[in-house]
Amino acid sequence: MLSAEDFTRARKRLLRMHFESGVGHIGGNLSALDALLVAFHEHLRPGDQFILSKGHAAGALYTALWSTGRLRDEDLVTFHRDGTLLAGHPPAGAIPDILFATGSLGHGLSLAAGTALALRLKNNDARVVCMTSDGEWQEGSTWEALVFACHHRLAKLTVLVDHNGLQGFGSTGDVASMSPLWERLKGFDVDLSVVDGHDPVAIRAALRSGGERFRIVMLQTVKGHGVRFMEDRMEWHYLPLSQAQFEQACQDLDAP
Amino acid sequence: MRKQLCDALVARSARPEMVFLTGDLGFMALEPLQAALGPRFVNAGVAEQNMVSVAAGMARQGLDTWVYSIAPFCYARPFEQIRNDVAFHDLPVKLIGNGGGYGYGVMGPTHHAIEDYGVLLTLPHMRAYVPVFDEDIGAVIERAGAAAHPIYLRLGRGEPPKGYTVPPYAAWRQLVSGGGPVLIAVGPLAGTYIAAALDLPEAARPNLWAVAELPLEANPVPAALEAQVAACEELHVAEEHVRRGSFGAELALHLLERGHAPKRFVHHPARAHNFGRYGSQAYLRTCSGLDDATVLGSIERH
Repeated sequence: MLSAEDFTRARKRLLRMHFESGVGHIGGNLSALDALLVAFHEHLRPGDQFILSKGHAAGALYTALWSTGRLRDEDLVTFHRDGTLLAGHPPAGAIPDILFATGSLGHGLSLAAGTALALRLKNNDARVVCMTSDGEWQEGSTWEALVFACHHRLAKLTVLVDHNGLQGFGSTGDVASMSPLWERLKGFDVDLSVVDGHDPVAIRAALRSGGERFRIVMLQTVKGHGVRFMEDRMEWHYLPLSQAQFEQACQDLDAP
Repeated sequence: MRKQLCDALVARSARPEMVFLTGDLGFMALEPLQAALGPRFVNAGVAEQNMVSVAAGMARQGLDTWVYSIAPFCYARPFEQIRNDVAFHDLPVKLIGNGGGYGYGVMGPTHHAIEDYGVLLTLPHMRAYVPVFDEDIGAVIERAGAAAHPIYLRLGRGEPPKGYTVPPYAAWRQLVSGGGPVLIAVGPLAGTYIAAALDLPEAARPNLWAVAELPLEANPVPAALEAQVAACEELHVAEEHVRRGSFGAELALHLLERGHAPKRFVHHPARAHNFGRYGSQAYLRTCSGLDDATVLGSIERH
């Protein structure tokens, strides 16, 4: 089981990777990281499949894979650099644990639903986990996928929604009046839970539960979680870290 | 071609890995396939974007995955899903677009697909099949099914002249021989020119070829056709597709790059999505100058 130190270590590695590569998109990576760590360390078994629909959290995915030993430090130092396999969004066909290249929002849930249905038709009881952002529920295709997954009762499919409330140019509430998203999903034939997306105990419990229906776990998260000057601030959807900010962020993570 | 399509897919349905997704279409046509496939026949509903990504997910798990809709709904609505989820991953998803070209006639431009293969062939790994005759479908399904790449199959309606013996399927077929220019037609349009071509005097009668697989890099021009183009002064290409992204444009580039440009190149494309008046496929072909009288007339005049 992951310890508190494991989460901090991964968070620091993610920040260092982004800092050294001069890459932004940090806020939405930090909001997603805890759930990805729990999923990859404690939930996904050999044969299970994971699809990152919010492809802009590629840094968190790479960090989770590094944390489980499936990527190395030598891989992470290439992040975003010429000739890398670790592109700004998950790559196609380059890393065995990455089933699909994503980055354009609104694709992942359909890909996951097709994967889950295919596995069921093959009498394979592998599980499929997909992570979406909350903003990408403004994509119509995500709702098409929701209808499909509910209709086919894809019980082996779990969707983690990184509900951090901030998107590219505003809050999800200001842009599309759909927040909180779980209120909009009531009425669909789905097992819906809402948990603290930075509480490993709550994430574990949500991932362990499961019934006969497609499952959605709403992760109440904070963009930039763990770094005080980033938390809940929209600009950290995009900005890279300066040297001083990187040092401050590491101090934040070390603070009790 | 839907009857033949259904028969061919039913024959294929014994493969346990085969799945078929439809965008809520196939009434009075695909019921036998539905019965044959059982849970492997999925009506994905009126949600084409989801359908294509679901298909990509299924193909990624090794299933033999077929997707069906009216041609524009099959490729235009879910274009990004085809691009990102299917083509970028080189997944062997088979997209079947029914009623390509002006096939849906008076139903109007929303239902036409006169830019379909041009658009799709801009994507990596994509191959297109445009069967010429109904009798081609069995072979086309077999070839498309064996392909390790994404496939777009534009279904139309075979239109050979009455009493015509359809030659066995091939990606290139010479349907008429003569002493005139070369005329290449894409898909079913070729069948509509046979009778008029045969009526021309031998000296003016075109060498009529039908092409059924695109692009040229996957289906090279046969040597016999290259020789005919080199020997004659005039090459015509007819297709129910807009000029941009057309087979004619691709062929012209191919010939130019090899220094084999004919003295005269005449392209007969689909001229418009909307002519201001609506009508059957035959009417719209005539509006485009794709009817046999116009195309063969242009050959005879020269």
